[in-house]
Amino acid sequence: MPYLGGEEALRELRRALANPHVQADRLRYRAAVLRVIRHMAQGADVSGLFPEMVKASAAADVVQKKLVSLYVRAQAPRQPQLALLAVNTLRKDCAHPSPAVRGLALRSMCGLRMPGIQEYLQQPLLSGLRDKASYVRRAAVLGCAKMLKLQGDCEVDGALVNELYSLLRDRDPIVVVNCLRALEEILKKEGGVVINKPIAHHLLNRMADLDQWGKSEVLTFLLRYRPRSEEELFDILNLLDGYLKSSSPSVVMAATKLFLVLAREYPHVQADVLVRVKGPLLSACTSESRELCFTALCHVRQILGSLPGHFSSHYKKFFCSYSEPHYIKCQKMEVLCELVNDENVQQVLEELKGYCTDVSVELAQGAIFAIGNIARTYTEQCVGLLTELLGLQQEHITSAVVQAFRDLVWLCPQCTDAVCRALPGCEDAIQDSEGKQALIWLLGAHGEKVPNAPYVLEDFVENVKSEMFPAVKMELLTALVRLFLSRPAECQDMLGRLLHYCIEEEMDMAVRDRGLFYYRLLQSGVEVVKRVLCSPKSDPSLGLLEDQTERPVNTWASEFNTLAPVYGRERWALITAHQPEPSYACSPCTDSRNRDTESLISEGNKEVLKVHPDTGSLTLIPDVYLTAEQFEKSWLSLDMSCHLSLPWCGTVHPDTIQTALHVVHIQTIAMSKAGVQPWKAYLSAQDDTGCLFLTELLLEAADPEMQVSVKQSEAKPEALRAFISVLRTVMGAAAGLGS
Amino acid sequence: MAGSVPGQFRFRYRCPRGSIPDPPPLRFPPPQRKVARKPAPRDHRRPVRRRPRLRAAGQWRRAAAGPGPRPFRPCHVTATRQAGRSPAMLSQIFILSSKGDRLIHKDFRGETCGTSTDLADTFYRRITSLPGDQAPVFMAHEGWHFVHVRHAGLYFVATTTPDASPFTLVEFLNRLVTLLRDFCGPLSEKNVSLNFALIYELLDEMLDYGYIQTTAPEVLRNFMHTEPVATKPFSLLDLGSIGLFGAETQQSRVAPSSAASRPVLPPRGEQGTRNEVFVDVVERLTVVIAANGTPMKVDVQGEIRLKCYLPSCVEMRIGLTEEFCVGKSELRAPFSAPPGYGTAVRVDECAFHSSVKLDEFESGRILKVTPSQGELTLMQYQLADDIPSPLPFRLFPTVDQDPTGRLRLYLKLRCDLPPKSQALNVRLQLPVPKGVSSLAQELSSPEQTAELQPSTKSIRWDIPRCQGGSQLSALFKLEVPGLSRASLLELGPANLAFELPAHTCSGLHIRFVRLPGPAGPPQRWVRYLTHSDSYVLRF
Repeated sequence: MPYLGGEEALRELRRALANPHVQADRLRYRAAVLRVIRHMAQGADVSGLFPEMVKASAAADVVQKKLVSLYVRAQAPRQPQLALLAVNTLRKDCAHPSPAVRGLALRSMCGLRMPGIQEYLQQPLLSGLRDKASYVRRAAVLGCAKMLKLQGDCEVDGALVNELYSLLRDRDPIVVVNCLRALEEILKKEGGVVINKPIAHHLLNRMADLDQWGKSEVLTFLLRYRPRSEEELFDILNLLDGYLKSSSPSVVMAATKLFLVLAREYPHVQADVLVRVKGPLLSACTSESRELCFTALCHVRQILGSLPGHFSSHYKKFFCSYSEPHYIKCQKMEVLCELVNDENVQQVLEELKGYCTDVSVELAQGAIFAIGNIARTYTEQCVGLLTELLGLQQEHITSAVVQAFRDLVWLCPQCTDAVCRALPGCEDAIQDSEGKQALIWLLGAHGEKVPNAPYVLEDFVENVKSEMFPAVKMELLTALVRLFLSRPAECQDMLGRLLHYCIEEEMDMAVRDRGLFYYRLLQSGVEVVKRVLCSPKSDPSLGLLEDQTERPVNTWASEFNTLAPVYGRERWALITAHQPEPSYACSPCTDSRNRDTESLISEGNKEVLKVHPDTGSLTLIPDVYLTAEQFEKSWLSLDMSCHLSLPWCGTVHPDTIQTALHVVHIQTIAMSKAGVQPWKAYLSAQDDTGCLFLTELLLEAADPEMQVSVKQSEAKPEALRAFISVLRTVMGAAAGLGS
Repeated sequence: MAGSVPGQFRFRYRCPRGSIPDPPPLRFPPPQRKVARKPAPRDHRRPVRRRPRLRAAGQWRRAAAGPGPRPFRPCHVTATRQAGRSPAMLSQIFILSSKGDRLIHKDFRGETCGTSTDLADTFYRRITSLPGDQAPVFMAHEGWHFVHVRHAGLYFVATTTPDASPFTLVEFLNRLVTLLRDFCGPLSEKNVSLNFALIYELLDEMLDYGYIQTTAPEVLRNFMHTEPVATKPFSLLDLGSIGLFGAETQQSRVAPSSAASRPVLPPRGEQGTRNEVFVDVVERLTVVIAANGTPMKVDVQGEIRLKCYLPSCVEMRIGLTEEFCVGKSELRAPFSAPPGYGTAVRVDECAFHSSVKLDEFESGRILKVTPSQGELTLMQYQLADDIPSPLPFRLFPTVDQDPTGRLRLYLKLRCDLPPKSQALNVRLQLPVPKGVSSLAQELSSPEQTAELQPSTKSIRWDIPRCQGGSQLSALFKLEVPGLSRASLLELGPANLAFELPAHTCSGLHIRFVRLPGPAGPPQRWVRYLTHSDSYVLRF
């Protein structure tokens, strides 16, 4: 037996291909070609057979032509000189009477991907674009894109582009869609194909002829069209309404996205669309295809981020099935967490409780953390449930429960007593670093409520030498010092031992430094230690803040039905951070800030706004956050630097103003609701030199002017002038939008 | 969406009751027929409704290729431009076996030249090394994204760019799987590698430069020239229909379950084979039953699938149960059919394939379709919470501790199906405390088996067949060292898997499958099947 791809096999194949008897018999010839392809598919080097294969493509048999074309396309980049041999045959085929052969020849010729082929392509492509058969036109249109890609960064031929634009009127729907795709690629540098009013309307009228793939793609292209008037907008929405009910999820989702983006200024339309897409999404969530199910679940989560409770009445659809893979179960648990409400909390908790004892560690811990999340709202029930789980005395369960407790105590101080009662006995079951840290933190922060806290910590101190995780040691140091403050008699001795160990024997620098720090701190007296360490033990407001992460639909509408929701926000940020733009795209130079502005502010104001954030002598730093208390303190301590009034008419739209200010990196500290009289807002901003600008906006009822007072932390008249001009522009733009 | 009936279902297709439908039994008061309320096309502007006027807009007429009346190229300078979203495209497609062998690999755009040789390997390495909590359907790698679906142990993978629509990608891959099954027969590693030429040809016609061209089987068939290579696995089931000395028995009434999985195009040398039509009514049951026996959640996902082997396209008429209605239960009239007559067959929602014509649906519950060769999902329907027949299984567990400290588990499983029906391949999976060390069992009949599975810490109780109305019991004694009250939390919930042949939970039936034409009528086969997606019985 000859080895695969060995010399022997190659010679054998060549002999078969060149044999006139074989060539005379259609089936035998085809079988020989097939054998070559099979060798190629298995990874053997069959490039030596190129001349014979090119000859084989001249045969009349269509199957054989297809097989050879497969071969030629795969081998051409390796053998550009020989590939020119194939071009001749292919050019001849381009004039073949059968459209199938013409289309195939055009497709394979354009797919050759070797330098210098363009000159041979021009003529066949142009005649292909005018061919009678739609099959050939489809291939020719995409062929144009392939050819121009090969050309690299040469000037794009205007005549060709015009030809393609005119082919948008072709009878064949696939030619139309291919034209869009080809133009998009050819004109990438100019920002892609332009959808103006006539083209948009033409496409809308052709929608009915397209198949599902064409529909969803055209709907995606239509995203970049902006209707000129409200009337036109609603006409388009009404025309596309049927696609929200299509049986294909991809069409439904593409239509949903288009609706959300087009109706960005009509929240009631957006809400309505999301209600109507509920049915299709839910049936995709219960689809037999796991992959589809997963995709739909990710989008459900995206919607829930803006409209919590949107799927609450359908919570049972998100119960996990026994046989589902992990990634679906985890998504479903997240969804369950988000749609819990007074009516279904009992059932949801019951369901989650079942997963806590799952044999898979990740799933069980996930379920416990999910219960922990729900506990922020339904504290009592959940704490009871979690305490019950501690009785199982299993490592991963106890660890997860203690971690959930730690996070909970911070947000909901009212459950501290219940948690402290549950803690004794946990220490034996916890082995992992995260769990130990959580337990030690709890004992340190709330040790006065746990009778045996010092003795538990003592065990940890005894075993500190064999402790593997530095993080646990750090946590232990802090906890013990804290506990020492509330229960000095029981802790003094072991604190001494621990500090001695950390300073004298510990190898990890961070732990050693921490030990030294506490040692010196203790030297300066108990009062000082108390002042440093006794920070608040809980912060209920944090929970409220987290709940406010509800984002308006417009922030994610443009990401809907892309891969972003599928990865989740954090992972997506990670992926895109590492890979700003994949190699295929020459991205138009819009930075993210401008893109935000675009979606936010209508065109007229865009230019004005874009200019300001980084010009002049002023650069405002993003992400500087002042708390309300800090603001108040600074506000009261500073003198008025400037007072001015801005023209203003009509009502105030706080959201618009806030987002507009955010774009130029001015933070809103507090703001009255819309329609409150008088309307007030407090703003802060900081420039790159550290100078703070604090601002008060005041609008009295029926006053045509808004009163603006600005205070500055350092007297810098120039910066102040620049700041005021930025503020003036933004408020001007916001006023224009509001009215 | 069109999935397959998993291989383990071994039921036979039954002939529908002739082409002439039995007259429906007389009924007073006439059955209510509520169809999906056809909501008036919705207007998104609240106050007034306006007709779309787009047809009339502008001088855009449909013109054939050729220069139009107006200059075409829009002015790029003034046009609005948004952050560009490139259309869905697939850069590469590959099919990998479960062991990572590359069965099919097609590069459509040649963009990944530097890495193309090892992208498939990269994918396989990533997918096999993933921890369970990540989402393996989509994976990012150096700016490229892998999307994959799994079928029959094979990975169907596409690489794409981040702007692509995930729904389109997943749907396309699923469609690819269906098409491959139509063209090459049941999918397996062997079948794919035997038919590689056909698959390359298929991919070539479906995608050009990574853009989806068409997936309609009737269009593709015109361009496909390679014949499928059939694998003929030896199967006892095929022999089942052959009687003594090879005499054909029951051939006219029953077809083997594998009959519908052969490729649509006849393999070489078998020209003009059987003209057959298979109709499958498949329901998936998702149930959660609370500890006290009340159903917490009942979900039925049903599908009517059609597999057609007719060479020429003719219009087919499929009659559903006459009392079929769509909508919530409130819609049922209070005086609808009395209990003894059987109530209406109701579903909550149903959706039809776009090729199904519904003009006779309102009046006669008839679906009209002109199928192309291959598989087609005609209709999908859902039913939640309120199903007409009782749930097929109930479990009555008793848990106690015997004097020696062993955990005694007495399970009574009652099958509430009608006496003539039966459930097959019933398997009960019951998680037990993790500390369990051994199991002793007493089962009610010898054909059942039970074992302790150490990997999942659960008992698996297999019952090959269970007649409707019967009751089975099992006694398990578990040795659990260090048993505490809390470890009883780990007991349950039980999960039941089963198949119910010739049974639909919704009660939906096919009255007839009719084809016009004087020529010898093709064989028509109908099969009903309910299987459990997830049937959870809480303790």
